Amino acid sequence: MVASSLLDLIGDTPLVELRHLSPPGRTIYAKLEGQNPTGSIKDRVALAMVEAAQLEPGQELLEPTSGNTGISLALVAKLKGLKLTCVMPANATAERRALLELYGATIIESPAEQGTNGSVRLAQEIAQREPRYAMLFQYANEANPRAHYEGTGAEIARELERVDAFVAGLGTGGTLMGAGRRLRAAFPDVQVVAAEPMPGDLVMGLRSLDDGYVPPVLDVSQLDRKLLVSGEEAAAGARELLNREGIFAGVSAGAIVHIARRVAAELPEGAVVACVLADGGWKYLSAPFWHGEELDEGKLWW
Amino acid sequence: MINVRIPPVLRPEAGGAREIEAQGANVRELLEDLQARLPELGDRVYNGSEIRPFVNVYVDGEDVRTRDGLDTPLRTGSTVILLPAMAGGC
Repeated sequence: MVASSLLDLIGDTPLVELRHLSPPGRTIYAKLEGQNPTGSIKDRVALAMVEAAQLEPGQELLEPTSGNTGISLALVAKLKGLKLTCVMPANATAERRALLELYGATIIESPAEQGTNGSVRLAQEIAQREPRYAMLFQYANEANPRAHYEGTGAEIARELERVDAFVAGLGTGGTLMGAGRRLRAAFPDVQVVAAEPMPGDLVMGLRSLDDGYVPPVLDVSQLDRKLLVSGEEAAAGARELLNREGIFAGVSAGAIVHIARRVAAELPEGAVVACVLADGGWKYLSAPFWHGEELDEGKLWW
Repeated sequence: MINVRIPPVLRPEAGGAREIEAQGANVRELLEDLQARLPELGDRVYNGSEIRPFVNVYVDGEDVRTRDGLDTPLRTGSTVILLPAMAGGC
């Protein structure tokens, strides 16, 4: 395969059967989003949002993010000749900051104690005050679920003849809403299942909504099930993916696999479950759980 | 008896407890039991007719909003988790 741009290699990720983790008589297929150019599913979202943005000449991109979305946007911006500024909490890890800067993004710090919500607020203030910035804002951008309707979901519907349940992580809601809607069109009885990580330091990128923010992209009434995963279960899932299937994936992928196995076991024999592993394990190498050590009590709630 | 797990942000309303016991055949009865015994905690979660919008209630790990809501049945030994609503996405 020869591509004329790295952007042409976004999406069309492979599905692989989890032969060792599927319950007897059921089949779980995992979509390996870590194989996108920057190593996460957010490449799809970044490309769709930038292509849908109606930028005035000279306008720059702005996004509150310290994670995968920022890295994906930085790649897309670079290849499209655009400038990107990311707003992130001052205490975001050095690796995340360094990676964004290496890709050419500018960083604005928001107060550490205000967390991700503080980044969102500051980015909104800047975008309002300075018209040279266009904020894409994945939480409310219609191109986010559309990328999964036209990409992630359509690819699964094309490759599999039967899908009884679809399991993905609950972040912005983009994957579940977009791919869920596309799969429901192909398989009317499919259960759309959200795996929701328990808040805590271990599952990075979560933002607290206790100040009342719910992503406009997310419509909980479109979910058939919403299941909670603890940090320990997510870590065990990531270890099992690596040890038994050879898949080196991130913490949220561990959470997804935990839920996919539970859902598959509850479905009748012959059932097919498709799930989305959002990124590879590289950004979590320094996390303490790969060897099965006890998790730091301070990072767990119970 | 049903075990109810309390997240750090709600522990002040539960006298600092990480986990408490409560009773009820379904989620509505359980929340009414909490309201009667720990009114501050109960009021953060339940307004008397529905679960407050930015709180999620889980029975055995599943959000009751995708089950039968307040009518979701409880069994002895069930674990109920109360959490503020969250989202992620980096």
